[in-house]
This record gives sequence, C-alpha cells and structure tokens, in this order.
Amino acid sequence: MKEITELKFPENVRYAESHEWVKATGETAKLGITDYAQDQLGDIVFVELPDVGESFEKGAEFGTVESVKAVSELYMPVSGEIVAINDALEDAPELVNNTPFSDGWMIEIRLDNSSELDALLDQDAYLSTLKG
Amino acid sequence: MRYFPHTPEDITEMLKTVGVDSLDALFDTIPADCRRKDELDLPQALTEWELNHHIDELCGRMAVSPEYKVFMGAGSYEHYIPVSLNHLLSRSEFVTSYTPYQPEMSQGTLQAIFEYQTLTARLLGMEVANASQYDGASALAEAALMAVRISRRKKVAVSRLVHPHYRRVLATYLAPTDYEILELPYLPDGTTDLSSLNGMDELAAVIVQSPNFFGCIENLKTIGDKTRSEKTLFIVGFSEPLAYGMFKNPGSQGADIACGEGQSLGIPRSFGGPALGMFTTLMKYVRNMPGRLVGQAADVEGKRGFVLTLATREQHIRREKATSNICTNHSLCALASAIYMSSLGGSGIKTLARLNFDKSEYLKDALRQAGFSVPFKQTTFNEFVVQFKDGFDKTYERLTAEKIIAGLPLECYYPELANHYLLCVTETISKQDMDLLVQKLK
Repeated sequence: MKEITELKFPENVRYAESHEWVKATGETAKLGITDYAQDQLGDIVFVELPDVGESFEKGAEFGTVESVKAVSELYMPVSGEIVAINDALEDAPELVNNTPFSDGWMIEIRLDNSSELDALLDQDAYLSTLKG
Repeated sequence: MRYFPHTPEDITEMLKTVGVDSLDALFDTIPADCRRKDELDLPQALTEWELNHHIDELCGRMAVSPEYKVFMGAGSYEHYIPVSLNHLLSRSEFVTSYTPYQPEMSQGTLQAIFEYQTLTARLLGMEVANASQYDGASALAEAALMAVRISRRKKVAVSRLVHPHYRRVLATYLAPTDYEILELPYLPDGTTDLSSLNGMDELAAVIVQSPNFFGCIENLKTIGDKTRSEKTLFIVGFSEPLAYGMFKNPGSQGADIACGEGQSLGIPRSFGGPALGMFTTLMKYVRNMPGRLVGQAADVEGKRGFVLTLATREQHIRREKATSNICTNHSLCALASAIYMSSLGGSGIKTLARLNFDKSEYLKDALRQAGFSVPFKQTTFNEFVVQFKDGFDKTYERLTAEKIIAGLPLECYYPELANHYLLCVTETISKQDMDLLVQKLK
C-alpha cells in the first residue's frame, strides 16, 4: 500500500467519508471510489453495479467492489437515480485501480437534491480524515 | 482410519508447552459456572461384540435390502455401488481430512473437489458447479435465495411436484424473510401446470423438479424458453440425477440454476444420510453462487495447481454479507459421486439409466395388465405412481410382513391422492422381484 502523500485527490470533486467521490455537472453527477479506497482494496477483480433507472437514497448500498482480498459495499454519498453505469468495468475492473477518478468511474446519477453535495467533504477535509 | 486418544503423557507434554500446570488451569478462562462439574450420565461402555449385537438389533427393526425387496425411491435410491469406490473412498487421506482452512496446502483435497465439480457440471449441462452442499433440499433453498439476490425480487414460484421435503426446507429458509412462495399446481398428466404462471409477476424464480416427485419428466424447455428473456431465474431441481443419462439435462433446456440430491450417484441410502447437495449454475451468476468453488490455476513455474476461488464471498471473510452461511461442503460424499461418475463413464451412465427406465417400464406394464391404474400419463424415469383399490393399506402391511415394500403412500403429502403409491425400480431389483410383487398384489 502507498503512503497517503503518494495518492492523488483532485480538487474538483467532493468526497464521502466512506471513500466515494462525486463530481457534479448541473443536474447529474458521476461517482466512483477514491485513490485511497482502491489502494486499500488492492487488485480489483469485479465491480457489481445497479441497473439504469434504479433509485437510491443517500447512504444506501448501490453495488459491490471485489478485490483479491475482500468484497466491499459501495454506498451512495447523495440520493439519486442511476442514469448510466460504466460498462467498461465489466471487462476491465482494473480501471478502478489505474484511474479511479476518470476511466474508473462507476455510476452516473440524476441528483435528487444537489444541496446534499454541500454536506460532503472537500479535498482538504477528506485528506485530514485519512491522516486521522 | 486409526483412533488414538491422547495418553496422559501427551497431555502433560502439551500442558508444559503451553505453560500451564493442569487441564483445569487451561480452562480457567471459562467461567466456573459454565463448566460441568460432575461426570456425564452415560451408560457403561459396551464391548465391541456387544456393540455389534446392539447395532444388528437396531438394523433388524428396519426394512433393508437385500433382505427386503424395497420398491421405494422418493428421493433416495438404491443403486449398486462398485467395490472400487469404497476402496478408494476409505483411504485415510480422504476419510480423515477436515475442511481445508489453509486450502492450498491440501492439493489432493482441492483436486478431488475440482474433479467432482467438473463431472457434475458436465452431467447437468451447466457451466459451473460448486464444491457441493449438504443435500438436495438445502441446495434448492440456497438456489431460491440466490435468485432473490440476482433478480432483486421477492417472490418464487415452486411446483407442487418438487419433493415435499425440499419444499419444507425452502419454506423454513424463507420463513424469517419477507420473500413469498407461490405454489404451482399439477396437471392430470403428472406435470406442473405452467399456465398458472400467467399473472405471476415480478418472480425471482420458477422452481420445478425433473424427474418430479411423481417420477414424471417435466417439460423444461417450455419454462426455459419463457424465462430466457426475463429477469426471472429458472431453477431445475432433481432427486435422481441418473435420469440425465437418458433425458435432456437442465443446462440444455435453459436452466439458470440446476441443483438437487446426488445420493443416487454412489452414496448408500444409509437411513437418509449423509447426502450430497449438487449445485450448478451459469458463469454469469458465479459471484452470487453459495458455497465454495475450487478453481484450476498455475503457479509461478507454470505448474498446474488448485485454489479456492471467490473465497472473498465466503462467510469467514465476508461475515453477514456472505453469499450463504455454508462455508463447508460434503467433500467425502462429493468424492464418492466423482468416483462413481468416472467409474461408469458417460456411456456407463447412459446404459445404467436405460436399464432403470426399462425395468420400471416392465413393472408399470405388468401392474397395468394386472388391472391397476397408472394415473399420470407423462413419461417417467425409474419411478411412477400407481393407484390401488380402497383398502390397499391392509395389503401393504401384509406385503411388508413378507418383506416387500410396495412403494411410498402419497396421501400424507398429497391428501387428494388416497390409495396412490409411488413405486421405484432400479437396477438392483430383478425381474423375479417384480413378478413376485405383481403376483402378490393380485
């Protein structure tokens, strides 16, 4: 595993304490897991995602990510309806390890309430939770 | 297999190694009121010959072949078990080994499971088999839970012709959940009434058994074709997998999960157990499959080896989020069936299946000619239902006294089927046995 200083955390996304990131563009938002989360999990071998059209409350489990070490649940940092999923992960789950904030995105949602984003952490706040 | 209890010297040495003075000191961390103070209230130990005598007496109270002619199957089948099977199976490497907690150390055990999985998947025509489960009933219940997980739906439709015991276990599994069981009735020909599926929406699974409890072959393809394009999973159960040596296997008919009892493949009936839960599915569902799975891999030098795959979904790692509470399997029974299947081979299984079918058809014809009714017209494999005249229970008792068990009375499972009996004929029943039964029935 890497030192926290070796991990990358973009400024233009919001973070959840459960290690998901959200990047909003107007009414919709893309989300995935952070560099820290993928590093902790190790080699990711499978990502199980929901169907387009399903709706989830904030905090609900929307899928699972499986690495050679463990299976972890994925939680919604904000409420919304699934409008797209990253099909590429089915054949190339390692995208989550390689580029967690870009090609390794998991789902795109229509935000129920964009003010929920304000409750999430910014880069600095997330980094300080990691450093404890 | 050898039984060596610890000698006092062994115990003293072990206590010394751990660094305590006595057994009591070793158990000191267990609160005193949780420890038994007096001796267990057990009868005096028997000598070996007394024990043999006692067990013989117990056996004498049961109707066991070959002393009895047993025409009863109903989920447990008497097939001849090759002598070579018991010889191989009783090797201590297999008999005494426990579940591989450090799995890759146990390459022999893993390979045995791998071969079992391969043979099972081939027999059932499915893509992947797990390392086995407790029995057909628990396998079927796990299949229903798996369908619920995959479809994210809560209703399962189950044919009334699935083995009544399997349905009870399924009901027990689902009782604490909010999942619902819908029952599919049966038709006059002895197959499941599929028209009742119309109007059942949002089904997680359709569950039928083939051959079903009446011995009849279900029209699997009709269901497979219907569910193929839907989220509903098609689960095919079985209690007599030998039938697939003759009839089309579940995989070829569109099953998403095929699971059931493997006792008939080389495991003695043993008064009902231990049994073998065979469980197979398609690769696309493998991550939702219960139980464990052994895979073939290559080591750093490229040599063939075996590993436990998908262990991340198991209970010891994933706790309450595991795909099932079963982290173990019936390895020895699985191995018995693997040895059985490979001893017979594909052509042997076909020949044996045909023999079972032909013999049971012989008895069916003989009973018809003797004036008894065979109410369900659908093709059967090695068992079938016969309707006898009122008061047949007296005849049944008389035959039992004459050491003939004339099938299983169905009324306790199907109240509408008074005087209906389920009769089974395998290769172990001779033509003379069948002729005698018919003669005694007249």
